[in-house]
Amino acid sequence: MDTPAYTLEFEKPLRELTDQLDGLRQRSVENNLDLGSEIAGITAKIEATQRSIYSNLTPWQRVQIARHPKRPYALDYVGALCSGFQELHGDRQFNDDQALIGGTAFFKGEAVMIIAQQKGRDTKEKIARNFGMPQPEGYRKALRLMKLAEKFGLPVITFIDTPGAYPGIGSEERHVSEAIAVNLRGMAILRVPSISVVVGEGGSGGALGIGVTDRVLIFENSYYSVISPEGCAAILWKDAAAAPQAAAALKLDAANLGKFGIVNEVIPEPFGGAHHNPGKAAETLGYELQKHLNDLRGLTPERLLDTRYERFRNMGVYAETEVAVEA
Amino acid sequence: MSLFSKPKYSTVVVKKKDIPKGLWTKCPISGEIVFNKELEANQMVVPKSGYHFSISAKDRIAAMLDPGSFEEYDENVRTADPLEFVDSKNYLERIEDAKKSSGLNEAVVSGMGRIHQIPVSLAVMEFRFLVGSLGSAVGEKIARAAERALTQKCPLIIVSASGGARMQEGIFSLMQMAKISAVLARLHEAKLPYISIMTHPTTGGVTASYATLGDVNLAEPGAMICFAGPRVIKETTKQTLPPGFQTAEFLLQKGLIDQIVSRLEMRDRLGELLRALFVKRESAAVAAG
Repeated sequence: MDTPAYTLEFEKPLRELTDQLDGLRQRSVENNLDLGSEIAGITAKIEATQRSIYSNLTPWQRVQIARHPKRPYALDYVGALCSGFQELHGDRQFNDDQALIGGTAFFKGEAVMIIAQQKGRDTKEKIARNFGMPQPEGYRKALRLMKLAEKFGLPVITFIDTPGAYPGIGSEERHVSEAIAVNLRGMAILRVPSISVVVGEGGSGGALGIGVTDRVLIFENSYYSVISPEGCAAILWKDAAAAPQAAAALKLDAANLGKFGIVNEVIPEPFGGAHHNPGKAAETLGYELQKHLNDLRGLTPERLLDTRYERFRNMGVYAETEVAVEA
Repeated sequence: MSLFSKPKYSTVVVKKKDIPKGLWTKCPISGEIVFNKELEANQMVVPKSGYHFSISAKDRIAAMLDPGSFEEYDENVRTADPLEFVDSKNYLERIEDAKKSSGLNEAVVSGMGRIHQIPVSLAVMEFRFLVGSLGSAVGEKIARAAERALTQKCPLIIVSASGGARMQEGIFSLMQMAKISAVLARLHEAKLPYISIMTHPTTGGVTASYATLGDVNLAEPGAMICFAGPRVIKETTKQTLPPGFQTAEFLLQKGLIDQIVSRLEMRDRLGELLRALFVKRESAAVAAG
C-alpha cells in the first residue's frame, strides 16, 4: 500500500512501522544483507496494525479521514466519472462562488447537471475556494442551475463536501440563511431526478442547502451532521477538545446515518480511506450513481415529487401520546 | 431629554433580558423604570422606549389572535431521544426540566385561530424551552401547522424564536429544516399566504429555513436575527462587526425583511396584510365563518 505523505494522529503507529520497513530495505540493499525474515516480520506487523486501526474506526477518526487533505474532492470524481464538464458560472446577481460550482456534463453518455462543493488542494486554491465554505451566491447559483436542469430535463447530481456555509459579515449581509432556505424549498419541488453524494464533510445547513434530493448517498468515511463535533463540544462540553466524544454522541458517521434512514446508500471506500485509492472510490461511486439514476429515470415527475415529499416529511423521531376518543 | 430622546427602533445592541422578576423593571435602553404589572398589561413592551422584553408563546397568542379564538393542536406531540444523547446531562432530563420551567411540552405552541375574523393556522415558538431549539417534535408540530393551512385553505403564521437546531437530536434536527421547507413548498404552490414573524432571537437553522421563507417577513424591533452568531463570525473571520449588525433594523436596511412591527400593532398589521393577500378586499367579513 502506498503511504500518503500526510499521516493522521491515529495512523502514527502504522507510519512508524512503514518507516522501519523502508529503513530495513535500504540497509539490505546498501550493505548487501539478507534481511528477508525481518522484512517479512514487519510486513506482517503492518498488515495486522492496518486491520486493527482501519477495521475499528471511531466516528472522530472518520471525521479526520473525511477532512484528509489528500481525500478526493468533487472535481476529482467528476473528472473520473464524467466527460465534457462545462462549468457554468455565477448567480447572475452578485458574484461567482468558487466553493460551490456547477455545470453540465455527460455521465455514462447521458447529460446531467453537476452541482458541487469544492475544496482547494494547495494554499492558493484553498483561499480561492474559501476552504469549501460557500457564500449566498453559491447557493443561488446552485438553484439557478438546478432550474436550468429542470427546464431541459436533466437529472441533478450534487456533491456535498463542506465544513459549513461561510460565517462571514458579507455572507450574513447578503442573507446566506435565506439563500439556503430558498434552496430547501426549491429542491423539494424540482421536477427532475436528483441525487446527492456526501463525498467528504456534510457540514450542517451548508450541506443540506444542496441536499434535498430523491436519493442521498454517502461514502463510508464521510460524515453528515447538524453541527461540527468541535462546535458541539464547545457548547455542550464547554471544551472543543471533547470533539471525539461529541462526534460519537452525534452519531454522525455513515453507518449510523444509514441505520437512521437519512441516507439511502453507504458507499464502501478502499481500505484506510478513499485517498488510498481514488480510482477505486470513483469506480464504486460510478456504479452506485448509475444504479440510483436508473431507478429514478423511470418515474414520472409527479411520482418523483410525491416520493421525495414523503421522504423528507417523515424525517424525525417523536412520540405521540394517544388522545382518548369517546366511543 | 425630549429633544434628544432615543429613537423608537434603536439600533444599539442591547442584550435582551428575560422576563424581569420583582415589582419594577428598568428598561435597558432608556433607563426608564416600569411597574411590572404595567409591562405585562402592555405585552412586555416598555411604553415609552418601545423596548420589547420577551413574551411567552401563550401570552403572545392571546394578544395576537382575536380574543378566545385560539384552539391548540398537537399538544400531545412529545420529544423522543433518537440518539440517546448524553453530554453532562441526559437529553430527556433536560426536556423534563424545560417542561417544568416553561409549563409547555415542547418549544412551540400551534393551532388554529382568527385574526380580524380571518382563520389562520398558527405556530409560535417558545424560546424559554431549551432556547427554542428545533428538534423533531417542534418540526413535526410546525409541519402539521403548515399542512393544516393547506387543508383548511387558510393563511399560515409562524412566530420564530430560536437558538437554532437542537444538537441533541443530531441529523434528525437538521432534517426538520428540509421537512418544514418541503411543506412550505406545497403551501407556496397552493398560493396560500405564509407570514413569518421573527422575534428575538431567530438564529441558525430556523433562519436558514422557514423563518426567512415568508411571503411576508416581519420582525419585532430590536430582534437579533442571524445564521451564524457574532462570536462564530468574529472567531472565523477576525473581523470587527459593524454596529447594529444582525439586528432587525440592520436587516430591514439590507433587504431581508419587509417590515419591523411593534408587538402592540402586530394583530392589526397582520389583519391588514391578510386582507390584502388572502381576502383581497378591505373588509374581512367574507372570510369569517
